Amino acid sequence: MSDYYEKKDLADFPNIGEYAEAEGEKFFDYYGKATAAGKLSEREKSLIALTVATVQKCPYCIDAYTNKCLSLGVSKEEMMEAVHVGAAMQAGITLAQSTQMRKIIKKKEM
Amino acid sequence: METEEQLEILGNTGISFSEKLKQSDQFPIKTTSIDILQLNISRKCNLACKHCHVEAGPDRGEMMSREILKKCLDILKNSNISTLDITGGSPEMNPHLEWFIHEASKYAKRLIVRTNLVILKEETYRTFIDIYTNHRVEICASLPHFSKEQSDRQRGCGSFEGAIDIIKQLNEKGYGIEGSGLVLDVVHNPVGAYLPGNQKALEHEYKTRLYETYGIHFNTLFCITNMPMGRYLEYLLRTDNFDDYMMELVNAFNPNAAENVMCKNTLSVSWDGTLYNCDFNQMLCLPAKIGQKDNIMDFSPEDFKDKDIVIHNHCFGCTAGSGSSCQGATES
Repeated sequence: MSDYYEKKDLADFPNIGEYAEAEGEKFFDYYGKATAAGKLSEREKSLIALTVATVQKCPYCIDAYTNKCLSLGVSKEEMMEAVHVGAAMQAGITLAQSTQMRKIIKKKEM
Repeated sequence: METEEQLEILGNTGISFSEKLKQSDQFPIKTTSIDILQLNISRKCNLACKHCHVEAGPDRGEMMSREILKKCLDILKNSNISTLDITGGSPEMNPHLEWFIHEASKYAKRLIVRTNLVILKEETYRTFIDIYTNHRVEICASLPHFSKEQSDRQRGCGSFEGAIDIIKQLNEKGYGIEGSGLVLDVVHNPVGAYLPGNQKALEHEYKTRLYETYGIHFNTLFCITNMPMGRYLEYLLRTDNFDDYMMELVNAFNPNAAENVMCKNTLSVSWDGTLYNCDFNQMLCLPAKIGQKDNIMDFSPEDFKDKDIVIHNHCFGCTAGSGSSCQGATES
């Protein structure tokens, strides 16, 4: 298990286009544009990325975007608030599934 | 920590800056011509910041003498060097600074003093606010973060509020105000074991927050990467961050940043006149290789050109990401 998710593997991220270079190039072009400053600032996008990283439980992305947020002067309180948005969304998404459950209950019960 | 020990630690990382340069066909890096004369005139400082590569502090005593300063003036007077960059420690603690600024301002097209701002709160040094203003000195001020908590963690309790108070006074003189011609730049460096972010993005954040909270202005933000040396190296080692930080620097190596390193056109002079390719080499006791002339007293600008720049693994700090120099990032 210790061979999985090694910290140093984060440095391999630029090589993920290996064996499918054309697709890899398109991905990085897209990734670069999507995460660069646009209507939203780089700072705002980094907080979104950090939230997605924690929700999706990606250790590489958590490492990369925690560092990026620190680099952009984002405070630890701001980062934690963003993580709570992710947590609240996850809780909401779970609870929203109860709609199906409640609909079935209401149909089935006398 | 002794410099030999620092160099040994930097050398035992299993990486090599010269090898990295060879891979991108950039070895050796050579000097061009001097455009910036950078003088470290005092290792004494009223602060003892946790990241300081000079390891400056109140107990240090090294000061550039008037004799050496006079020689620097001669060189400035008889050359095409455009920028005189005065640094420390706290330059204000060198007793010759007032006289030197008065003289140097006659010859330097651009005269920069790097100040920690806080020293200008002290009665003895308050006068430098007027001296800087009268000689239109460009002020390059350390302010590692726009938040008090973060900034004080690096520079010491109360330093942030002191700096803000001085910026207010400088703003009143016109510093940092568009159209005044009085330049007040601010230096950011990370308060921890990470690299600085995008300079433009951080400048926007600094300007917005500092204006909204304190009503203060400045011109440009310079992001400077912390070099793995001096007190910062000790911090990295103590917190078990050294290997990761070095890996981050190496992975972020940018050949374009290597192309734009400031050591190509900078001559760094230490308090005793010894010549270096940069202030970092100065603190690691790695003198410049300019023939037999290793002291400013024997030097003329023609000696500078086309010499191999002295490098070591700390140089990864200047070539990571958008690059780092005393003027901030080296590419946008």
